Amino acid sequence: MAGVAPPGTGTGSGIYRGNGPRLMLPVWAFIGIFLVLPVLLMAVYSFLTKEFRGGVIWDPTLAAYDKFFLDRGLFGDEPPVIEWTYIGIFWRSIWQAGLATLFCLVIGFPTAWFIATRDVRTRSAWLFLVTIPYWVNLLIRTVSMKFLIRDTGPLNEFLLWTGVVDGPLGLVNTNLAVQIGLFYSYLPFMVLPIYAAVERYDFALSEAAADLYAGAWTTLRLVILPVVRPGIVAGCILVFVPSLGAFLAPDLLGGAKTFMIGSLIEEQFKGAAGNWPFGAAASMILLSIVLGVLLLYARSQAKGAR
Amino acid sequence: MTENAMKTFLTTSALAMGLATGATAEGSLSIYHWFEYMPQELLDKFAREYDVEVTMDTYDSNEALLASLKAGRLGSYDVAVPGDYMVKILAQEGMLDTFTPEEMTNLGNVEDRWMDVDFDPGRQSSIPYQWGTTSYAVNRDVYDGPIDSLGVIFEPPEELAGRINVLDTSGETLTLASLYLGIPQCTPDRDQLKALNALVIGAKPAWASFGSDVAKDVLVSGDAAAGMIWSGFSAKARAEGANVEYAFPKEGVIVWMDNVALLRDAPNRDNAIKFMNFLLEPENAAAVTNYAAYTSGVTGTEPYLEPEIANSPESNPPENVKTAFVEACPQEVQVLYDAIWTNLKK
Repeated sequence: MAGVAPPGTGTGSGIYRGNGPRLMLPVWAFIGIFLVLPVLLMAVYSFLTKEFRGGVIWDPTLAAYDKFFLDRGLFGDEPPVIEWTYIGIFWRSIWQAGLATLFCLVIGFPTAWFIATRDVRTRSAWLFLVTIPYWVNLLIRTVSMKFLIRDTGPLNEFLLWTGVVDGPLGLVNTNLAVQIGLFYSYLPFMVLPIYAAVERYDFALSEAAADLYAGAWTTLRLVILPVVRPGIVAGCILVFVPSLGAFLAPDLLGGAKTFMIGSLIEEQFKGAAGNWPFGAAASMILLSIVLGVLLLYARSQAKGAR
Repeated sequence: MTENAMKTFLTTSALAMGLATGATAEGSLSIYHWFEYMPQELLDKFAREYDVEVTMDTYDSNEALLASLKAGRLGSYDVAVPGDYMVKILAQEGMLDTFTPEEMTNLGNVEDRWMDVDFDPGRQSSIPYQWGTTSYAVNRDVYDGPIDSLGVIFEPPEELAGRINVLDTSGETLTLASLYLGIPQCTPDRDQLKALNALVIGAKPAWASFGSDVAKDVLVSGDAAAGMIWSGFSAKARAEGANVEYAFPKEGVIVWMDNVALLRDAPNRDNAIKFMNFLLEPENAAAVTNYAAYTSGVTGTEPYLEPEIANSPESNPPENVKTAFVEACPQEVQVLYDAIWTNLKK
């Protein structure tokens, strides 16, 4: 992209001359009000003293971060050791999101490949099919998935009828059910960017590779993957980030037996704990993790461009 | 977050459509209420009789109500429906307005025992909405053993292991656990708290799920064979076809009362008073009971009650059953209960 100015920002574009900053004002106002301000507010809250039953007292403290990282025993009088509770909750969420990303990639890549190699006229129909579930609210889709896979649901009835299994699967309230829910929720986020990358792929490159005696595997690894990698990375980020904060699937399909990052934070604001600074601190730590992932992506992109 | 957000969404949409015609109403009334607790026909009736445009938002726990009011919604609602201990907390937080007995003309309809309650002495800010109990129910198709103890939930028999749903609120779950152990609520005693912690940690492997708003649905669908549940939800589960029996264990049950409370800075205070008087009319109180399957706390409702509601085993506890209200703990004790809850779900 370097060297090519986006339209409208060039020095020679008549009526825009000198008006750039003013024309950017709505954008800056939007980013300021809907992005910077809430994050700043959260950052500030995370360093304030908690008020009993929700709310904050304007008295700066590190108590929220101390609670996150240090364990002083149930009664707060033991020497501090590392608190594994919240790190464990974060790690479980990261693991779960990573697994969901992997599943989405394994299914999403062939799907995207399939669509991108169809006839130009039918491609949009296939893409349309992938996006249709997205017209329905995520909550309703998750509840529907629960209806489908519960022990008295159609999936079980069908498997029992065909004789594949002889007892209920017991899927609901397991981690596998959560995985199914996350996979189902975010699969299109993987398919669409990969599709966009594969669609631009020049199949003459595959032919050239075959001419040079590259097998299918070698072609995939050395020719195709490097070209479509940006699409894969974008898809992984688009699945990983929302999975990390997901609480619908863990609550409805997993039975809410363990806190995930999302439900832990929700509990601080809506639950009996009412610890806003701690909820804010957990959110800031989550934000840092996500930013870290995005920075890694940006660096890999920069390397790829070189 | 849960299935009830969907219900809220549907209810709100229905409200919006129903009220599209009421744009010329005299005034408005803004209600903040629990989910699945107010019959739409009753709201329509009030809107019609008083020519008032009614809107209702819903929440799914007392703590969620408090959080929302604290986060700046005070001043946008006229009335809310906090449970007993939450009335006390809202009063302490200065979030309630008071009314005079002259304004609340139907206050005489309140049953004597619900008049001078300790969470609102003399009824200055709130009126009874419904009361009920929290215990557990079992599916009799799955389990035919005794249900005379809370041990069915906390030290469950083999048939029920892995098939139990518990309420996803620390207050009710830890209070029932305390009743089972016979320890006081809000205890700062270390040994008692350690025993409480050990009990719930030990029981957790036998619990299939944590869920409050799904407590009825999991019994109806068969996802759970037993579950902590509110009395009215148990009666409704049976009405929806589940063969459930509600338990009155020997260790006791939680008793609670939800109350319509007048909020501070209510934008439509006059309509709020009208609405509260309206809900104290026996016929209207009975309409709520017929819908929610609890008990109203208002006298003279009997002629209007549906027999299966009035005679449900949930609403007619045995004489000598022990009951306890959930207590609001002081801050230094509450953090200990929060820690036990986090420890349970970590």
